[in-house]
Amino acid sequence: MERPLTQHIHPDGTTRTLREYVKTGGYSSLQRLSSGLAPKDLQRLVSDAGLRGRGGGGFLTGTKWSFVPMGANAQKPKYIVANGDEMEPGTFKDRVLMEGDPHGLVEGMILAGYAIDAEVGYIFLRGEYHLSAQRLTEAIAEAYAAGYLGKTLPGTDFRFDLHLHASAGRYICGEETALINALEGKRAVPRAKPPFPQTVGLWGKPTVVQNVETLYNIPHIVNQGADWYHRLSRTQDGGTKIYGISGCVANPGWWELPLGTTAREVLEQYAGGMADGVRFRGLLPGGISTAFMTEEHLDLPLDFSSIPPEVGRLGTATMIVLDDHTCPVGFVLNLEKFFARESCGWCTPCREGLPWVAKLLMSFEEGRATSEDLSLLKMHTKWLAPGHTFCGLAPGAMAPLQSALKYFHDDFERHISTRGCPWSKKLSQQRILV
Amino acid sequence: MLSDTERRELEDAVKHYPDKRGATIDALLTIQRRRGWISDDTLLEIAQFLEITVEDVDSVATFYNLIFRKPVGRHVAFVCDSISCWIKGCEQVQEQIKTLYNADLGQTSPDGRLTVLPIACLGHCERAPALMIDQDVYGNVTPEKIEQIVEKYK
Repeated sequence: MERPLTQHIHPDGTTRTLREYVKTGGYSSLQRLSSGLAPKDLQRLVSDAGLRGRGGGGFLTGTKWSFVPMGANAQKPKYIVANGDEMEPGTFKDRVLMEGDPHGLVEGMILAGYAIDAEVGYIFLRGEYHLSAQRLTEAIAEAYAAGYLGKTLPGTDFRFDLHLHASAGRYICGEETALINALEGKRAVPRAKPPFPQTVGLWGKPTVVQNVETLYNIPHIVNQGADWYHRLSRTQDGGTKIYGISGCVANPGWWELPLGTTAREVLEQYAGGMADGVRFRGLLPGGISTAFMTEEHLDLPLDFSSIPPEVGRLGTATMIVLDDHTCPVGFVLNLEKFFARESCGWCTPCREGLPWVAKLLMSFEEGRATSEDLSLLKMHTKWLAPGHTFCGLAPGAMAPLQSALKYFHDDFERHISTRGCPWSKKLSQQRILV
Repeated sequence: MLSDTERRELEDAVKHYPDKRGATIDALLTIQRRRGWISDDTLLEIAQFLEITVEDVDSVATFYNLIFRKPVGRHVAFVCDSISCWIKGCEQVQEQIKTLYNADLGQTSPDGRLTVLPIACLGHCERAPALMIDQDVYGNVTPEKIEQIVEKYK
C-alpha cells in the first residue's frame, strides 16, 4: 500500500531537513514547471486526478482554482493561503504533516501558487502549534536559501514568496473568509459570499485558501500523474487520506490509507478495536461538525462521494468514538459548549442559539429537563440549519445534535424520566482508566 | 514606549504584509512575549506603530484567546477540554490542578506562578487528555502526573 504523504515521516517525531527531503525526491516537481508545464496544464492535471479538499469540504481543487482570473488582465498580486488553523476537535492530521515533513507544504504551496499565478503565499497556522511553527520557519528559511522561494524559477517567469502567519486561537479562523479577515489584521468574523475569495479575497485580490493536507498531495500528483493518483484510492475520489481515531479505542492514532477505507477497518484493524471493557455505540467520522454514524454505517467507504447526505459527510476523517461508558448527552453537551464558546458572535442565531442549546443539554444532565426541552432541542436543529446563519459554524454544530437525537433518543428520554444522568460517576471513572 | 528591540521585531513583522495592519496579531504576540500581557498602554503603543486606531487593535486583542488583556502568572497552563480529552478525563486533570495550585479556570495561583485556562482542542487527540504549559504540550496526562509536569515551571 502506497503512502506518498507520510512514508518518510520519522516515527520518533523528529522533523525532516531539506537535505533529507530532496534525497527522497522533494522539490523535483518544480522541474516539471521549468520544462514547460503551464499553469492551466497544472490545473487540468489536478482536476483529472480528482483531488478534493481535505479540510472537510471536499471541494474539487482543480475547480476551485478554475474560478481565479488568469492572464495579463487579472488583478495582481494574487494570493495562495494554506489553512493550517487546525482547530476542529478530534483533528490532528495537519499537525502530523507539518511537524514531520514541513517541506512538503512549502513545495505544495509553490505549485498551488504557480497554478493560479499567485506570487505570494501565506501559511495560516493556529497559534497553539508551536512546534509546527518552529519547523515551518526553518523549512521556509532553507527553501529561500536553496532558491526554491524568492527567486525566479528557471525556465519560467514565476517567482514565489512564502510567509508564515501564526494566529492566536479561535476556531472561526478556519472558515476561509474569517481567515482572510484575520490575515488582514481585522477581527476574524466571516465575510458575506459572494464575492468569493477566488475573485475578491485577501486585500481585495484573488485568493485561494486550501487545507494543508490538500496541498501536500499536489507534488505527488505532478510527479506521478493523475492515473497513479486514482489508483491510490478505492473509490472515484483520488488519492490517500489520513484517517485518525480518538476516544476509548485500544490504540488511538493516525494512518494514511486509500480513500474509501471503511470506519470498521480503521477501528478494528488499525486502532485494535474498542478498549477493554467498553463497547462501541457510535462515532463522528471527521471532527465534531459531522453527524454520528452507528454500527449500521461502519462498512460505508469513508470518502467524499459514498456517504449518503442523509447519513452525513466525511469531514476531516479523524473520527471520535462514543463508547457505552460515556453518556451521549454529556458528549453532545461538550460539543455544543465548544461551539457556543467559539461562535464569533457576528450573527444572532448562532450567538444566541448555541448557548441556548448548551443550556438545554445541561438541563438534561442535571435532571431538570422536560419533554418540552426535548422539542426545543429539535427545533434548534431547524432554526440553526444551513441558510439561517451567516456561516457554517452553527449548522455544523447541529449535525452531531440532530443525529444524536435520532440514534440516542432513548438516552435523552431516560434523562427526563430518571431526572438525571444515568451514567454514574463511577462508570465514567472506569472509562477514563481504560 | 516600545523598546528598540521591540520596534525592530515589529518592523520585521510588517514586512510580510502589504498593509501594516496585517501584522496586528504578530505585533500583539511579539510584545506579549516580552511583557506577559497587553495593557491599555501597550495597546496604544501598538496602534501608533501600526498607524491604526486603538479600537482596531483592541477589537483584535479581545477576540483571540491567546492574547491576554489581563495580567497572567509566570506560566500559563492550557487545559484542553474538547471532546477527545473530555472522554479521557480532562475534568479530573483540571480538578487536580485546582487542588494543587489553588487556581480554578481563569484564575492565577496566589503565588503568581500559574494561570489556568481552558483551550479548544490542542490537536493531540491520539494521546488525550492533553495539557499545554506555555508552549510545551503534554499528552496522556493523568491527575497523578500533574505535579511532576508542573515542577519544571517555577
